[in-house]
Amino acid sequence: MNLESGFYLQGPRFLERLTKINWLFILLICCPACIGFLMLYSAAGGSMDPWAKAQIIRFGIGFFVMVAIALIDIRIILRFSYWGYALSLLLLLAVEILGSSAMGAQRWIAIGNFHLQPSELMKIGLILGLARYFSGITHENMSKIRVYIIPIILILLPVGLVLRQPDLGTAVLLVLIGLAIVFLAGIRLWKMLLCLGFLVGAVPIAWQFLREYQKVRVLNFINPESDSLGAGYHILQSKIALGSGGVFGKGLMEGSQSHLNFLPEKQTDFIFTMLAEELGLAGALGVILLYLLIIGYGTFISWRSNITFGRLLSIGVIVTFFLYAFVNISMVMGLLPVVGVPLPLISYGGSAMLTLMVGFGFVLNVWINRDIKSIKRQGYFPVLNMLDSKKS
Amino acid sequence: MVKKANAPDHNKLVSRRSLIVGGLQVALLGGLAGRLYQLQVVDSDLYKTLSDENRINLQLLMPLRGRIFDRFGYELAGNRQSYRLVIIPEQVNDMQLALESVSRLVVLSEDDQSRLIEEIKARKSFIPITLRENLTWSEVSRIEVNAPYLPGVSIESGKSRFYTFGSETAHLVGYVGSVSQSEIKKSEDPAFSLPGFQIGKTGIENRFDDQLRGQAGNRHVEINAVGRVIRELQRDDGLSGDDHVLTIDIGLQQYTMSRLGNESAGCVVIDIHTGEVLSIVSAPAFDPNSFASGISKQEWDSIIENPRFPLNNKAISGQYPPGSTFKMLVALAALESGLVGANTTHFCEGHIELGDTKFHCWKPGGHGRLSMEGAIERSCDVYFYEIAKRIGLERISNMARRFGFGSLNGIDLPNEKEGLVPTALWKKNNIGESWRLGETLIVGIGQGYLLATPLQLAVMVSRIANGGIGITPKLVRAIHRNGSFIQESGKAATPMNIPSEHLAIVKRGMERVTNSPTGTAYAARIENPRFAMAGKTGSSQVRRISESERELGVQKNEDLVWKERDHALFVGYAPLDSPRYAVSVVIEHGGGGASTAAPIARDILMEVQRRDPANHEDLRIPISAQYHNINSGRKNS
Repeated sequence: MNLESGFYLQGPRFLERLTKINWLFILLICCPACIGFLMLYSAAGGSMDPWAKAQIIRFGIGFFVMVAIALIDIRIILRFSYWGYALSLLLLLAVEILGSSAMGAQRWIAIGNFHLQPSELMKIGLILGLARYFSGITHENMSKIRVYIIPIILILLPVGLVLRQPDLGTAVLLVLIGLAIVFLAGIRLWKMLLCLGFLVGAVPIAWQFLREYQKVRVLNFINPESDSLGAGYHILQSKIALGSGGVFGKGLMEGSQSHLNFLPEKQTDFIFTMLAEELGLAGALGVILLYLLIIGYGTFISWRSNITFGRLLSIGVIVTFFLYAFVNISMVMGLLPVVGVPLPLISYGGSAMLTLMVGFGFVLNVWINRDIKSIKRQGYFPVLNMLDSKKS
Repeated sequence: MVKKANAPDHNKLVSRRSLIVGGLQVALLGGLAGRLYQLQVVDSDLYKTLSDENRINLQLLMPLRGRIFDRFGYELAGNRQSYRLVIIPEQVNDMQLALESVSRLVVLSEDDQSRLIEEIKARKSFIPITLRENLTWSEVSRIEVNAPYLPGVSIESGKSRFYTFGSETAHLVGYVGSVSQSEIKKSEDPAFSLPGFQIGKTGIENRFDDQLRGQAGNRHVEINAVGRVIRELQRDDGLSGDDHVLTIDIGLQQYTMSRLGNESAGCVVIDIHTGEVLSIVSAPAFDPNSFASGISKQEWDSIIENPRFPLNNKAISGQYPPGSTFKMLVALAALESGLVGANTTHFCEGHIELGDTKFHCWKPGGHGRLSMEGAIERSCDVYFYEIAKRIGLERISNMARRFGFGSLNGIDLPNEKEGLVPTALWKKNNIGESWRLGETLIVGIGQGYLLATPLQLAVMVSRIANGGIGITPKLVRAIHRNGSFIQESGKAATPMNIPSEHLAIVKRGMERVTNSPTGTAYAARIENPRFAMAGKTGSSQVRRISESERELGVQKNEDLVWKERDHALFVGYAPLDSPRYAVSVVIEHGGGGASTAAPIARDILMEVQRRDPANHEDLRIPISAQYHNINSGRKNS
C-alpha cells in the first residue's frame, strides 16, 4: 500500500518548520517546570540532590524530544498513530508480564536507570489512536452508532490493563481522555450520555478489580472522618499544610508540614501542597494561572489547525494536561481520593514528564502544520473504508 | 474520495466543542482556586494552629528536688549525678552483637536482655532504650573507653536522690520513691507523669514534698511526623525545689545513732528554749538509699522480718508507758491541787493497800519516810500511789495534757502518734467499763493505759526545764527558695502558768536523781559540774507480776526473754545551772531505766554540750573544727 501517494502535500519544509516553532508556548511550558525545580530544591532542604538535578536533566531530555517531535512531518505522525497506540499497549502488557513491583502495584519497567511507566505513555498512545481514528470518519458517519464501537475498544483495552496493575488514577484518566476526544470529535450528545450511562453501569464491575488499599482510599474519601490516622491522615495533614500556608506562605524550605514529613511523598504527588504551604495562596494561584494559560493557548493552537487529526491530537494533549493538574490539586485538597496522579511539569518523576513533553511536542507540531488544509483520510479498518467508498 | 465540503462544518463543531471543554476546564480550575482561597485565607487560622500542634511538642523537664541540710549546712539529702547506659536501636546494625559486646563490659542479666529485645521492638528506633541504671564510675569508664567499638551505645546522665548519711537520717529525712498510678490521678502536678519521677514517701521528704518537689519546666520542641526531635524552640527550666535547712546537728545525730548501738530505741534531743530538735533517732534503721534507687527483694525481706521494726520511727510513732518519768507531772498536779504541799511526806513501807489489792513499790521493803523531792529522787512508787489517790485522775490527766501528752506535738514529720492520756470517759467509751480507783494509782506511776512517745517525753522535760514555757518541737530552721532565704519562725511558745516554785521542787528532785548518791541514776551522773545533768529514770513493765512471783522474788530483767523485759526510759536536761538541752531515751525491752537508758542519755547530753560552740573554750576545742556557718556549709552545691 503506497500511503505516501494518498497524502495531499502542503506542509512546510524542515527549515521552514524550525522557524515556525511556537516559542511562546515553549516559554509557557518552561515556567511551571522551573517552579518545579525550585520546589524540589526546597523539598530536599535546599539541595539540588536528590531531586532537583535529576529533574532538570529529565526536563532537558524531554525538551529535545519535544522539539524533535515538533519538527516531524505531521503526515508521518498520522501514519504511525496506530503503531504508537499499539506500542503503548504492548508496553502495558509487558508490565503485566515482567514489570517489577513497587508499592504493591506493578507499574513500571526498568530500562537501564530509567523506570518507564507505560501507563503514562498509554495516554499519548490513546490520544494518537483516537485522533487517527476520528480523522478517518466523515461528518455524516459520526451519527452512526457502530462508528463508536472501535473507539470504545481502543479506550477499554488499555483501561482494563491499567486496572489490572492496578492503577485506579490512570484508568480514570484514560477513560476521561477517551471520552473527551470522542466528545470533541463530534458525537451526538445523547449518545455521549448513553456512553456515560454505560460507564456508570460498569463501576460495580470495576470495583471488583480494585485492590483493598484502593477501596479503602475511595471509601475513605467518601467518609473522611472514619479513619483520621490511616489513609485520611495524609489528606488531613495535606489540608493543614495548605491552610497553614496562608496568603504568602511560610517561605521556601520553611514549610513545617512538608519538611517534618507530615506529608507523604512531598516531592511527587503532594508537591502542590508543599508549594502552597511555602509560597502560599499567591504561589498556588500563580501555578493555576500558568496552567490556565497553557490550556488556553493549547486550545487556541487546536483551533488554528485545519485538520481534524491535528485538532484532536492537540486538544487531547491539553485535556490530558488539564486532567493531571485538576486531579492532582483536587486530590491534595481532599476533593478527590488519593489516586497517585502527579502535578504536571512540577512533580518529580520521569514518565509523566516524558509523556507531557511528547504530548507538547505534538501540540507544537500541530501549530507548525496548522495551515495544512487536508490530509487524505486513510482508513485502517476495512469496514469503515467500505462505508466511506459507498458514500462517495 | 476527499470530503472537502463537510470539513468546515465539522471543524466548526470541533471548535464549538473545544470551547465547551475549554470553558469547563477554566471553571473547574477556578473552582480549585476558590477552594484554595477557602483553605488558605478563610480557614487559615485554624490550619495554622493545627500545623503548630503537629509541629510542636511540649516536653516536661524534671525539676531538681530541693536539698536537705543539717543546721550547720551538711547535706543530708541531695541529688547525685547518676549514669545510665542507653542504646539507640537505629544506630545499631546487629542488636544481638551489640548487646553481647556491652555485656562483656557491664553486667546485663538474661532477664534484662530479653526485656530489652521486647522494648526495642515496641519502640521507635530513634528513642534511646535504657540498658542499665546507676552505673558505677568504673562501669562508665569501661564503656567510654570502648565507645568507638560500640556504635549506638552511650551514657546518659541524670540526677538521683542520695542520702549522704544513709541510715543515720533514715527516719528523719525519709526517702523518695516512684509515683503510683493512683497518686498520678490524684495530683494536679504535671511532673507526676514524668517517667522516673519520685516523690517523698516518708520523713521530711514526705512532709515537705510539695516544697521540695519544685516545678517541672518544659520545652517546646519541633518534632517530625514520627516524633523525632528536630530542634528546641523554647525552654523553661522550671523551678528547683526549696532547699530545707533542718535544726538537726548531724554530728549529734551520728553520735546518738552509734550510742544506741543495737538497741531497739527512740531518742530525741531538744533545745529547751527554742524547741529545735537537734537529734531525733529511731533504732534500728535502714539505708534510705536502697529505697530511692529501688530496693532488692532480699533487703526488703530482711527489713520486714526484723522483729525490731526498722521502718517504724519509734521517736514519734512508738508509744510506751512513760513509767516513772511521768512522776514529775503527778507531782506538779499534786502541788497545783493544793492538797499536797512541798513538805508533805509519806511513809513508804513497800506497798500500799487499796481494798483487798496490794500495790507494790519497786523497792521491796520500802523507802521509809520521803518528801516529794526525795520521792522523785528515789522514784518511790508508794509515795505517788498515795498522792495520785488523793488528787484523783482528772488533775493528773489535765497536767499530762498541758505538757503535751495525749495529743500531737506537731513535729514536721508524718505518722506522729498521739499517745494516750486515759480518763474515765475514755475508758467507758473504749473499754466499756467504768474507772476504778486502783487504775488512778497505776497512772500515778506512769503505767496502765498511759502511753507517750519519746518525742512527747522530750517535750515534757523541756517544758519543765525551761520554767514552764510551752515550746513545741521544731525541725525546719530555714528554707532557701529561688535564691532567697526564709527563716522559719516556728510556733510561738507561751507560758503554761505553772508556778515556778512548783517547777523548782520537781527540778530539785530531778537533780537529786543523778547527783545524790541515793538517786536512782547516780551512777550515770555527769561529774563535771559545768555540764551536770538532771533527769528521771523510768522502767515500764510490759508484763504483769503475779503475787506468787513477788513472793519468790521478782525475776530480773536479764533472765527474761527480750520481748518481756521492761522498757528502759530516761528523760533529762543539762546543764543544771542554766538548762539548755533536754533528752529522752526509750530503749525497748532495755531492762532498767537507770542501768540502760540513763548512761546513754548522759553520754548524749554530754555530747550535745560538747558540740555547743559556747562550750568550746571550756573544752579546749578549736572553733574552726567545730563551727560551721549555714552559708559556708553549702559546699556541696
